[in-house]
Formats: sequence, C-alpha cells, structure tokens
Amino acid sequence: MTTTAPTALGAPTAPGAGRPAQRKRRPGRTLLRSAPLLPAIVLLAVFLLGPVVSSLYGSLTDSSLSGASASNAEFVGLDNYTSLFSDPDFPKSVLLTLVFLVASALIGQNALGLGLAVLMQSSHKPVRVIVSTIVVTAWVLPEIVASFAAYAFFNDGGTLNTMLTGLGIPGVNWLYVFPMLCVILANIWRGTAFSMLVYTAALNDVPPEITEAAEVDGARGWQRFTLVTVPMIRRSISTNLMLTTLQTLSVFALIFVMTGGGPGTDSTTLPLLAYQEAFRFGELGFGTAIATILLLVGAVFGVLYIRALKPEVD
Amino acid sequence: MGYSNRFTYTETAGRGTVATKPGTVVEQRSTMKQRHLGIAAIAATSVLLFSGCAAGGDGGDADTLKVAYQKFGQFTQMDAHMKKVKEEFEAANEGMTVELVPIEAQEADYFAKLALMNRSAATAPDVMYEDTFMVKTDVEAGYLAPLDDYIAEWEDWEQFPENARQAGAGDDGKIYGIPMGTDTRAIWYNQEILSAAGVEVPWAPETWDDILETAEAVKAYDPEIVPFNIYSGKGQSEGASMQGFQMLLSGTEDELFDTDEQKWILGSQGFEDSLGFIEDIYQGGLGPTPQQALDKNIGTTINSEWIPGGTLAMSLDGSWASGTWIETGSSPWPEWSEVLQVAAMPTQEGQEPGRTSMSGGWTLAMGAGSQNKDAAWDFISTALNQENSLSYDVAASQVAVRTDVAEDPEYTDANPTFGFFSELVSDTHFRPANSDYSKISAEITVAMESVMTGQQSPEEAAATYDQAVIGIVGEENTMAASN
Repeated sequence: MTTTAPTALGAPTAPGAGRPAQRKRRPGRTLLRSAPLLPAIVLLAVFLLGPVVSSLYGSLTDSSLSGASASNAEFVGLDNYTSLFSDPDFPKSVLLTLVFLVASALIGQNALGLGLAVLMQSSHKPVRVIVSTIVVTAWVLPEIVASFAAYAFFNDGGTLNTMLTGLGIPGVNWLYVFPMLCVILANIWRGTAFSMLVYTAALNDVPPEITEAAEVDGARGWQRFTLVTVPMIRRSISTNLMLTTLQTLSVFALIFVMTGGGPGTDSTTLPLLAYQEAFRFGELGFGTAIATILLLVGAVFGVLYIRALKPEVD
Repeated sequence: MGYSNRFTYTETAGRGTVATKPGTVVEQRSTMKQRHLGIAAIAATSVLLFSGCAAGGDGGDADTLKVAYQKFGQFTQMDAHMKKVKEEFEAANEGMTVELVPIEAQEADYFAKLALMNRSAATAPDVMYEDTFMVKTDVEAGYLAPLDDYIAEWEDWEQFPENARQAGAGDDGKIYGIPMGTDTRAIWYNQEILSAAGVEVPWAPETWDDILETAEAVKAYDPEIVPFNIYSGKGQSEGASMQGFQMLLSGTEDELFDTDEQKWILGSQGFEDSLGFIEDIYQGGLGPTPQQALDKNIGTTINSEWIPGGTLAMSLDGSWASGTWIETGSSPWPEWSEVLQVAAMPTQEGQEPGRTSMSGGWTLAMGAGSQNKDAAWDFISTALNQENSLSYDVAASQVAVRTDVAEDPEYTDANPTFGFFSELVSDTHFRPANSDYSKISAEITVAMESVMTGQQSPEEAAATYDQAVIGIVGEENTMAASN
C-alpha cells in the first residue's frame, strides 16, 4: 500500500521522466522499511490467515469427534459441501442468517444507532448523558450476561409477560412463538450502542460551516441530512456496516442461550448449525464446511460495502 | 513489554516438560539483546506460542492421574464417589496424585467435551467416565486402551455377569470399560394424583393407549398438572433417544438395527408409530408444553421441582431417578417412596412380553495415551471394588451389575425400587452395538423435535430420518423394514 500511493498521486502530473531512477532504488529500501512490519505480518498470517486455511482444509476432510475418522481423518474433497447443499436445513439456515443480519444489524443497529446519534446532537446535555448511558449499558454487559438478560425478559414467565399481564394483556411464549423476532430485538438492543458511538463521533467531525452553508442555500433539514451529512460520514457508515455485519454473522451465544436454535430449527442460524453439526453430531468436517460458508458470506458483504460506499475516494 | 514477555517465556519453559528445551531459551535470550527490542519481544511471543502448541505431546507425568467425569444438575454422586476413591487411592499409593476433572455439562455437551479432551494428548484423561454406547465409537477413534491384560489377573471380574462384561466391549471383542452399574427405565407415577383422577392404583398400563387414557383422565382432573412426561428433542440428546423414543420403539414389532444383518432398518411402521405417540403427547397437550420440554434443564426441573411438587403425574424415566430424592441426593424428599410408584412401560398393543425397558449404563475406561496405565488400572479397580461399587450404586440409584453387590442386603434394603428395576432386566433391550449408533441416535432426536413442535408429521419426520441414516452409513448398510 505504501509503495503504490505516491505513484498513484504522481501519475496524473508526471507519468514519465525522473521517476524511473528513483524507482530503481526503491525495492531494497521499501523492503528494509517494511521490515518492522514483518513480525506483525507473521502474527497476522499465523492467527488470522492460519485459521482460515485450516478451516478450509478441515472442511475437505471427514474429521469427527469420535469414531474411526477421529484419529485418521481422510480427505474427502467437496463431499461435505455437496451434502451440505442437499441438506434441507441449510437453505433455511442461510435464510434465517440473512434475516437476522438484515433486520438486526443493517436496519436495526445501524438505523437506530444513526437516528440516536443525530437526535442526541441536537439535544441537551443531561438528556444526552442519560440516553447514552442507558444505550451503552447493554453494550458493556458481557455477551453471556446480556443473553441471559434477554432470555429472562422474553422467557414465558419473564419480565415482558409479567408486564403485559399487569396491563391485562395475555402474553405469549415469545421465545417459542416468535424466536427470530426475539433474537433480532435482543441483538438490536445489545448492538445499537456501538453504532451510536461510531456515528456520534462521525457527526462531530462534520464541519458546521458546511451544513450552515447548505442551510443558507435553502436546503431543508432532511435534504441537509441526506445530501450533506450522509455523504460526509459515508466512510464511517461503510466501516460501521462492515463491523456490525461481521459481528452479527458470528453471533452465537445470544441465540444459543435464548432459543438454542429452536424450536426445531426455527432460529438455527449458520453459527448454530455449525455448532450443532460439529459438537452435537460430532461431524467436525461438516461443521467446518458451514463455518467456511459463513466466512464467505462475510467476505461477500465486506466487498459489497467497499464497492457501494467507496470509502477510499474523497 | 519485552521484559514481561520474556518472563512468561521462562515460566512456560519451566512448566512444559517435553518440547521446550532449556537450551533454546538461553540462546534466544542472548540474541535478543542484539536486536531491536520490540521485534525480539514479538518474535519471542510467537516462539512461545509455537512451543506451546508443540508441547501438545505432554500427556501429564506418570505420577499424576487425570480422571474425567460428568457433574451436572442433580448428578453429583459421581463427583462424591471420585473424591472418595481419590483419597483412598492416594493413601494407598504414596507419591501419586489424582487430578479430578469434573466436566460440568449436560450429557450431549459432556460427550463433546470428553471427545475434545481426548483429541489432544495434553488434555487426554487417564481414566474417564464413559457411557456404554460411546465405548465402541471411542475405541474406533483410538481414545481408549484395552483392559484385557489387567482383567485376566483381576479376581473381581468373576462377579460381572456375561452381559455386563459385554457392555464395555469394543468391536474387536476386547474389553475397554468396566461397568459401574446399569439401569432400566419405567414409568414413575404419583399415586395420589392418579387415584384422585379416578385411576385405579396400583396402576399397570397394558398398552400405549392405556397411558394416553390415564393422561387424559389426569388432564380432566386438573389441567394445571402435567399428565405425562417423555423426554424428547435435541436438547435432551441421548436421554430423549433412549428414555423416550427407544422405550416406545422397543415395544413395537420393529427395531432400529438388525443385529444379524448388521444393517439399519428404515421405513418401519414401529418407527412412525413411536413418533406418533410423541405427537399424541406433545401436540395433544398431554405432556409438558413443547417449549418446556425443549428447555435444556427440563430433566433437573422435573425431578427436583415438578415431581416433588406434585405438578407432574407420570414420568418415563430411569431407575436412577430416586437418587435425587434420597437422603444423600441433591433434592431430598423423604415422602418420595410413599407418593411415587413405578409401573413397567407397556408394549404398543400389549404384545408379548407385555412390558419393555431399555438398559444402558456407564463404565470407567482408560485413556489410550495414559502415561501410567498400571496406576490407572489400580484406580479403576479401586473405584469398582465391592465396597465402592456398593456405595456408588446405592447413592446413584444404579441397578447393580456385580453379583456380590446385587445380592448384598445392604444394597437390596437401601431403596424400595431396586427390586422392581433389577427385575425389569429380564425384558430389557440394549441399544444397537454399532459404532454409528451415536450419530444415528442424534438423528432420532431431530425427528422427535420436529414432530413434537408440529413442524413435521411422524411420516415426514421418519422419511427425513431415513435420508439422514443413509447419509451417515451409506445405503448399503440399511435395509427396508420387513413388515
């Protein structure tokens, strides 16, 4: 990255003379300069690339928790993937994962986070402090605690039904009747704080002169927001979308604690399906194949965001 | 930063016995001084991590025995037993230490955690508490060590009847696990509720319909009382498959597995009917609500709350259930033997022999990678000698397997239900002795869950199960039901 940037900047003005000589010396120097990065690259390769490669390889074996294939796992090629694609649970699980992702991360956390950040900008300080404290509390809780809290809230004899009964409305067993709705709401509750903090920081960086200028030019509130503010914070939007997407794709404990993926398979998202196959049914290779698919889904969304919001272009 | 990293390095090097050589530590340190401190620190960290990975060959030293077993919910008797044996063993073997590793997980997670421990030599236990149905699979995986050489010199082995000996056998015919006790299953019922609901007690159902009728009567008597519980669904794993489904299937004309042909039976009427019974109970409102039944902790809830509290009339459960209510149990309930009665599970239409049961049981097995197999055997044989087997079987309400325990008056007088459950052994069934069983059993729970939640009809769920079995064992290892 560091080597290409100057060239790219220089390209429009002076594409020819003088440069080659300078370039010649570069490889050695650049290599030397990037030497301090080497340990970091090695660590990244070992701890980030390593698991990806090993997951890819694992998904091509019939490795299992017990039985003959536990001691000598055999290479089975794409068998795990073919049986995965013919498994009726799989499309349902992908669909549930996407529903969970779109509803809780993209719409819920992002929109709500942005909304809160915007509202808080124009609110009084005490209101700001109280609201952000409340919102951030859910974020501060460890995942397992937040999950139990959500379980206790939606549970048949839980807080929500107790409140409803108090109001004379008969409750239902939320976790059983609307499992996806419950886990989506819980994830929004838990994750909104993160988006809110990111957007608050981004909004603070939008120079007031620009919005004022737009106001002078006659832009209304909504127009100022969509035509000035949003384009200016789009890099934060892109980063935030990426982070919340990846976080949400890997949500496991929350769903596991609240519904266990059930009833039946009605809230079995990909991480739960992978867990179930790997550790309930002992099919490590098959479970790893699901995990690899999850990795791909994450990568696809990552590329989409970068393409759509072009964070690097100013 | 650099300093603290090096400090941990030395510390770990001291602890790891095999792979980290002290020489490398010194070399690493002297070169470090010449280089940029930051890089060195990072490099040292990664070396440290690598050596940590490589040290995976460390199977514990020969003077320490690692003993892994389950401790969960009301099942604390094994923990008490192991603590007692540890003391006894350490007193008898100067210099040896027993490291107890209680795995606090419910059954399904226990198997996964135990298997994960076994996969790495660094964590593999020397002695483990092993379910009989997992023995064959784990032998194939190479986790267990054969015990034949030790048994040949063990006088006590005579006390184990032939069928009990086979419980711990691998596919190769060698013995890998010594049974601690066995179990049978039947219906525990609250005779106060049943007689109040107008059912004649002692109650002796003769067909499945009798159970459903009684359940209807209880429901009519008091809708607040859960009439009948049969474990079902993925969360209960083996409990659902064995205490639930196979208690039904063994009372039909069909089986899961044809022992002569060594093939899995698909498409049987008995399979569908058994799922039909699950549907009748759960979709017919005669059991707990499906959401209650799918709660991972329902086993604990039932035996420590519902049954003592009189909110459950009938419960299809194991012979060990009373272990919760006896004086030494986790929820003592002195009146249990007056309020509760046991009835054998009837066959579907009352066909011969009129009742059915399933038996399993747990063993103590030795880890294949144990550094001190002789000591591991000493531990196992101490844990399962007459005296210790007796105290464990009484505390955990096990059906004794050792003849000298089963006949001991101290055992027979300890619990009024022991006689009933021991006698059921004559009509009991065992799970298929096949290393694919554990995976197929998991598929049974999937079928149960989709039926109990109404997502699939018994017919559809049975078809899904058939497909899953073909996927696990291949079409050549399956056969169509004969009827």
